[in-house]
Amino acid sequence: MDSVPILKIGDVLLVSIQTDLQDEAVMALQESLAERISSTGASGVIIDISVLDVVDSFAGRMLATVAAISRVLDAETVVVGMRPAVAITLVEMGLSLDGIKTALDLERGMRLLSGDGALA
Amino acid sequence: MEAGIFTRIAQLCRAREERLSERWRALVSASLGGRVPETQVDKEQREILDVLLTALALGAGRDIEAEPYAELRALLMELSRSRAQQGFSPRETAISVFALKGAVLDVFDQDGDAEAFREFVAFSQLIDELALLTFETYARAREEVISSQAEQLLELATPVVKVWDGVLALPLVGTLGSARAQVVMEKLLQTLVDTGSEHAIIDITGVPAVDTQVAQHLLKTVMAARLMGAECIISGIRPQIAQTIVALGIEFGDIATKGTLADALVLAISRTGVSVGGDLTKRGR
Repeated sequence: MDSVPILKIGDVLLVSIQTDLQDEAVMALQESLAERISSTGASGVIIDISVLDVVDSFAGRMLATVAAISRVLDAETVVVGMRPAVAITLVEMGLSLDGIKTALDLERGMRLLSGDGALA
Repeated sequence: MEAGIFTRIAQLCRAREERLSERWRALVSASLGGRVPETQVDKEQREILDVLLTALALGAGRDIEAEPYAELRALLMELSRSRAQQGFSPRETAISVFALKGAVLDVFDQDGDAEAFREFVAFSQLIDELALLTFETYARAREEVISSQAEQLLELATPVVKVWDGVLALPLVGTLGSARAQVVMEKLLQTLVDTGSEHAIIDITGVPAVDTQVAQHLLKTVMAARLMGAECIISGIRPQIAQTIVALGIEFGDIATKGTLADALVLAISRTGVSVGGDLTKRGR
């Protein structure tokens, strides 16, 4: 089973989702991300989903769960690069991802975390 | 069907082709009222007549779907399609074909015998079939025109304009149905990504009425933009519409609303971090 790489940049963890995630991969990601946050003491998590062009309700809930876990561990989550089709699907499914910050691309996401919302 | 039932009539017509096409053109030109140049009508009809007589001479029967008529069918469909696009009525289009019967009858009138008359009745049925073919094609061509116009209208009516660095404006004009709202939503979101803009102003000054459905579409668009990391401002809410929105119990929640596009632009620009001059921020409604 291929796992999703978690990269550390400064005190931000970058999760770049490259393929459509299977359910086990999602569970593994949640687990390893929680571990990395507490071991590195990261203050922010960026989830890049710019390659994702299909989401189902499970993937949508995964984003919300990851964000909730990060928040408990005192790290802020930013979802970046969401495609229009994905955004429309999530809204149609009624998932508004409350409490998650979003940005158009990775660069803006980084700025959002480092500037602590100064540019938001 | 018996093969070659029309060979004799074809021969007779061929012998009088010049008179026949002249008579036919006269009948059709009268019904078209000069909206198509006579030379064009003449050219079209000579071609049709020639192809028809050739097919008949080769022994084509009553079935217009049969192979010998393939070229004739293509010609007639082309004719009715162009008539449909030029805005002629189906009646005027079908008459172009029906008139051939009159022309043949007129020309045959002098030297008609019983045998020729029997053949003419069968020939007349064939022409009816052919005319019905133009009718069908006409209707189909009209539908294509209508649907392509609807599509064009959809695209024309939803421009997304960049009004400032990182600020898009979407001036909505006209009724916002489900199909159109979907197009608007997709176009706005795609433009947000393409231009890397973080702010969008949806101006509804031109929307005549806001009901729960329209409001729902607006809310969905704003939520989707938010998921992508962009903020929307809704502007141009007229007093009556504000009353309707409240009366319907629609909640815009924490979505920023502004009276005019100018106010929304000031807010959007200040959100991008540019400080807006005092006289601008203080400008009255």
